[in-house]
Amino acid sequence: MAENARVLMKGNEVLAEAAMRAGCRFFFGYPITPQTELAAYMAKKLPLIGGTFLQAESEIAAINMVYGAAAAGARVMTSSSSPGVSLKGEGVSYMAGADVPGVIVNVERGGPGLGGIQPSQSDYFQATRALGHGDFYMPVLAPSTVQEMADLIYLAFDLADQYRTPAMILADGMIGQMMEPVELPPERDASALPEKPWATTGTKMQREHNVVNSLYLSPEKLEDTNRERFARYAEIRETQQRQELMMCDDAEIVVVAFGAASRIARTAVRDARAKGIKAGLLRPITLWPYPTKAIDQVIENGAKQFLSVELNMGQMVEDVRLAANGRADVSFYGRTGGVLPTPEEVLEQIEKLAAGEAPNASARATVMGSVLPQPIDRKSSYERGE
Amino acid sequence: MAAPKTPITLPDYQQERIGSQIAEGEKIKSARPHALTDAIFNYCPGCTHGIVNRLVAECIDELGIEGKTVGIAPVGCSVMCYDFFNCDMIEAAHGRAPAVATGVKRVHPDNVVFAYQGDGDLASIGTAETVHAATRGEKITVIFINNAIYGMTGGQMAPTSLPNQVTQTSPYGRDVSKVGYPVRIAELLSTLDGVAYVERVTCDSRAHILQAKKAIKKAFQNQIDGVGYSLVEVVATCPTNWGMTPQDAFQWLRDNMLPYYPLGVYKDVTADGFANAAEAALERAKDCPIAQQGRGE
Ligand SMILES: Cc1ncc(C[n+]2csc(CCOP(=O)(O)OP(=O)(O)O)c2C)c(N)n1
Ligand code: SF4
Ligand SMILES: [Mg+2]
Repeated sequence: MAENARVLMKGNEVLAEAAMRAGCRFFFGYPITPQTELAAYMAKKLPLIGGTFLQAESEIAAINMVYGAAAAGARVMTSSSSPGVSLKGEGVSYMAGADVPGVIVNVERGGPGLGGIQPSQSDYFQATRALGHGDFYMPVLAPSTVQEMADLIYLAFDLADQYRTPAMILADGMIGQMMEPVELPPERDASALPEKPWATTGTKMQREHNVVNSLYLSPEKLEDTNRERFARYAEIRETQQRQELMMCDDAEIVVVAFGAASRIARTAVRDARAKGIKAGLLRPITLWPYPTKAIDQVIENGAKQFLSVELNMGQMVEDVRLAANGRADVSFYGRTGGVLPTPEEVLEQIEKLAAGEAPNASARATVMGSVLPQPIDRKSSYERGE
Repeated sequence: MAAPKTPITLPDYQQERIGSQIAEGEKIKSARPHALTDAIFNYCPGCTHGIVNRLVAECIDELGIEGKTVGIAPVGCSVMCYDFFNCDMIEAAHGRAPAVATGVKRVHPDNVVFAYQGDGDLASIGTAETVHAATRGEKITVIFINNAIYGMTGGQMAPTSLPNQVTQTSPYGRDVSKVGYPVRIAELLSTLDGVAYVERVTCDSRAHILQAKKAIKKAFQNQIDGVGYSLVEVVATCPTNWGMTPQDAFQWLRDNMLPYYPLGVYKDVTADGFANAAEAALERAKDCPIAQQGRGE
């Protein structure tokens, strides 16, 4: 494919193509909708450029193959969707604990459980807080366009290597499945990739043995390694926050939304402006590190209220509230289960906020946590005749 | 035990280590294998893990492959073998060593990659990874320590615990009517086309230890020769959690383990006259047209 030319491609395929251009030559995965096209693209293309595509027996095996390949020094990735990503949690924790870089793609679908196959953002907590046990974070990048699928996975490989950490692309079924024009990034020069003197490539009897490990039986030692890792996290928080701000210079109501939700929110914010409401859009690109500096900035610019719009029951809103830290009101609007809100629905919430009204009641309940508990009906739905 | 037969050139830092320990004019009678570090084993006295770690190291020395070997440590009593082996090592999650080994081997096909695993690790939590690495014919070497118990966690029932065996979680004896039967890994894996070589050995006597070493060496040689997946099952003891002296444990092994887990070669494609596992698999599927596509090209 000619470089710098714009081509029309599907989001999932762009993730695959851009990963290969970033120097990724190894892919391990297990089939799941809606990331299918990514794996299929890799299966077709990787063998042609001397790479390896391997369909693992499970997501658990896939992430552990990633761990092994990454420990051996390769640029390597896996992709899945929500239920499969849950299975990768163990391996990602080991990668974080052993300081092994690798890229994990989650093309999210609705949950919990088997959930559904329509777009969702309900794995925000899992991605930014708790993909696996232990004290760790990892960079999480959230594309909102097919172009960003390319740009951010390219970046994810670099961040992973630079900070010796797993890194995640948190996309969703909508951006994975849609086609848009994209300018693909250039092929990385393999010889210019970062050196990995810690990798287990064989000592060649030239050095002490390398050990890739996350076990430290001495509490002090384990604390030291965690502190060292958190020093890296502090640097990532300081230098890697990314976001897009739209119409935020004088915005009083700032809608915060990422990925697919941000596309809907963008339209709603424009419509609100057309109605004379001072609305703006803050679109986090890094979900971890969360763009707290941008939140500070829009508050300085005069934001009085934040409205977090998500394809879930209210997850990122907690980060917005933490970042706002009482300096502005924070409310939430979301649809879940694969249902997408319309721009009109979001606009209605913005208008309510502008008029000083509480936004939609159930959304407000999840935000304020102040509704009285409902009395428990101990009869089964059968007894109630439902 | 004999010093390595094949002389190996030691890198400087190793020369210094050994040099400082030997008085001038003194001869090395029984050298520690080069493929073992100076770290002191943390196994219980009389534990067979120590014997097998050493056998693996001796084979690595004798094959001259330390510099290109990458080992995968399991979760179990041998978890810290990443500190014992002098080659590059990776510590895997419980049961995942075959998947981790797959990742390494796919990146560096010329490296020699081995996984060292216990029975809980390989035959319970990691059964899927084990069976699939084997059936994929990953060109790796697996050393499987079957001590019929979860050693590290204090003596719980293992997938390989014998019928009626008393453990912490089978205090009335393993009741096969409720929890089923032990897994015979060597037999199970020998049915898979990707497997080149499976042998079951033990280490309760000098003769058996020598046989075990021969098997381990062959399992490494197979990998060097690209023959296919090779596994050596070592019927082992856990005196501590069996609640026996090391001697009594070996006697119990002879009385109860060996009749249930017979020693011997369960699959060996080279002995059967094939160059590798793939050739043997083709022959086995000789009446299946689609499986024969591309044969002889
Ligand atoms: C996911 C997970 N589950 C459970 C454990 C606890 N655990 C540690 S070692 C072990 C059993 C090891 O037994 P085996 O593989 O037979 O090795 P041995 O100690 O007998 O050599 C278990 C269950 C763990 N570390 N990780
Ligand atoms: S507990 Fe058993 S297997 Fe573990 S080191 Fe002790 S004797 Fe060996
Ligand atoms: Mg055991």
